[in-house]
Amino acid sequence: MILVKDNRCDFCGTCVAVCPVDAIELREADISIIHDTCIDCDICIWVCPIDVLSSDVTKEGVTHD
Amino acid sequence: MTDYDVIVVGGGPAGSMAAEAAAKQGAKTMMLEKDRDIGYPVRCGEGVGATGLKKFIDPDPNWIATTISKVRMRSPDNTQVDFGMQDAGYVLHRRLFDYALANRASQAGVDIQTRAYVDGLIIEDDSVCGVKYQYMGENRQLTSKIVIAADGVESRVGRMAGIRTATKLKDMESGYQASVGNIDVDQEMIDFFVGDNWAPGGYLWIFPKGDGMANIGLGVSGVHAKNHNAHDMTHAFIKKYFPKASVLTSVCGGIPIAKTLKKITAHGLMLTGDAARMVNPVTGGGIITGMEGGQIAGDVAGQAIQSGDYTIEGLKDYPQRWHKSEGKNHETFYRISQAIEEITDDQLNKIAHRLVKTPSENLSLLKIFTAVAREKPKILLDVTRAFAGV
Ligand SMILES: Cc1cc2nc3c(=O)[nH]c(=O)nc-3n(C[C@H](O)[C@H](O)[C@H](O)COP(=O)(O)OP(=O)(O)OC[C@H]3O[C@@H](n4cnc5c(N)ncnc54)[C@H](O)[C@@H]3O)c2cc1C
Ligand code: SF4
Ligand code: SF4
Repeated sequence: MILVKDNRCDFCGTCVAVCPVDAIELREADISIIHDTCIDCDICIWVCPIDVLSSDVTKEGVTHD
Repeated sequence: MTDYDVIVVGGGPAGSMAAEAAAKQGAKTMMLEKDRDIGYPVRCGEGVGATGLKKFIDPDPNWIATTISKVRMRSPDNTQVDFGMQDAGYVLHRRLFDYALANRASQAGVDIQTRAYVDGLIIEDDSVCGVKYQYMGENRQLTSKIVIAADGVESRVGRMAGIRTATKLKDMESGYQASVGNIDVDQEMIDFFVGDNWAPGGYLWIFPKGDGMANIGLGVSGVHAKNHNAHDMTHAFIKKYFPKASVLTSVCGGIPIAKTLKKITAHGLMLTGDAARMVNPVTGGGIITGMEGGQIAGDVAGQAIQSGDYTIEGLKDYPQRWHKSEGKNHETFYRISQAIEEITDDQLNKIAHRLVKTPSENLSLLKIFTAVAREKPKILLDVTRAFAGV
């Protein structure tokens, strides 16, 4: 599950743009992950410029291009 | 009867240009913006080329921070390649610039609603016929003949209509920028730092903003972003090179350096600006290309309203005109950006060492990118095409 660190998000939408399944909802000052849709690919975690997101699952050897 | 002929989602440069162009064709037009303010927050380095800007609006001292006539490019080992450019460009006050564009649209007759977050489309028989949105916690909807999605990098409107807009990690720059005060930099020069130590898979920029201020930011390629955090790298750079500077504003943001989406229209729907991935993949500049895309989209939408055909067929001039004006350059720039991505820091240093020997008055973007193409001959033709006369 993708976790959002409280009071840290800048609401820039970079994560939304890369999410392959449209599982992130973003408003002017509110972000939420639609957990039922999320496939835990983790790319939103990597792309976030200020490390807002994290995962509670540890995965080994997963790579993306 | 629909509430509006055209509804534009997003009040950035692409949205305002689209809305204005549609209204000028006589279309009854509404622009919806989710944020409280048009033009704020500013997630942008604010640099634009002069020639591109002047195609759409006369430069106005109210929103121009500095006028640029010099460019510096630094290689990974900090070799500095300088050259001059007549009439090169401007660093804008984008908050005021975006405002000016929206104001111009409103004077063309566009209705504008801020605090309006679009969270769904009205779709009938496969055609987009309006939007659902929230205004201050209240669910509302408006019907239309055409919706133009100018909702930025975070665009979801295209997805709501089933268009695949997700950007690959390798085509996304993870960006961060600090606007700093108390910094002494040449006010007529933009300064670029390329290489893995500054910004892997992207570059770092210093754009002067006048009165001892500057925008310092960087973009890291999505594939490197796992191990390189744009926020940390920007602050480390400022601390090292400008320890006396204070950060007045900081923002993060994504810069899509992807190919323009294959599909930028559906029945009753057009995508434009960052939402259609129109950013120049080499420079990461998306203000002017977004304005260009937006203006064409609005113009074609206005004509479609007159002819009464809002299907993909009725909107087909849009992708065609985009391709002719900017789209084919965009493809060229994308190929160049892919090749540059493969160039190592050693090669960049070598190129810079060669270029510093050339007197700066003999240098131009064409010369510089031709030197780059010596390392990657497959892009030589593209480079000549892209930078001839620049
Ligand atoms: C760090 C950084 C530096 C950059 N530097 C430069 C530069 O120096 N020069 C340059 O040319 N370009 C630069 N760019 C790119 C440039 O900022 C964008 O390409 C440009 O803003 C795109 O304009 P747009 O109108 O398409 O989108 P935007 O300006 O992003 O406008 C989209 C608008 O849509 C609104 N919106 C989104 N979703 C909804 C919704 N569901 N409902 C209602 N409204 C919605 C948003 O709030 C936003 O106001 C930079 C980008 C970043 C991130
Ligand atoms: S982990 Fe992947 S699927 Fe889940 S929200 Fe992030 S990008 Fe989307
Ligand atoms: S990329 Fe990071 S800062 Fe930007 S909206 Fe997503 S979580 Fe927030």
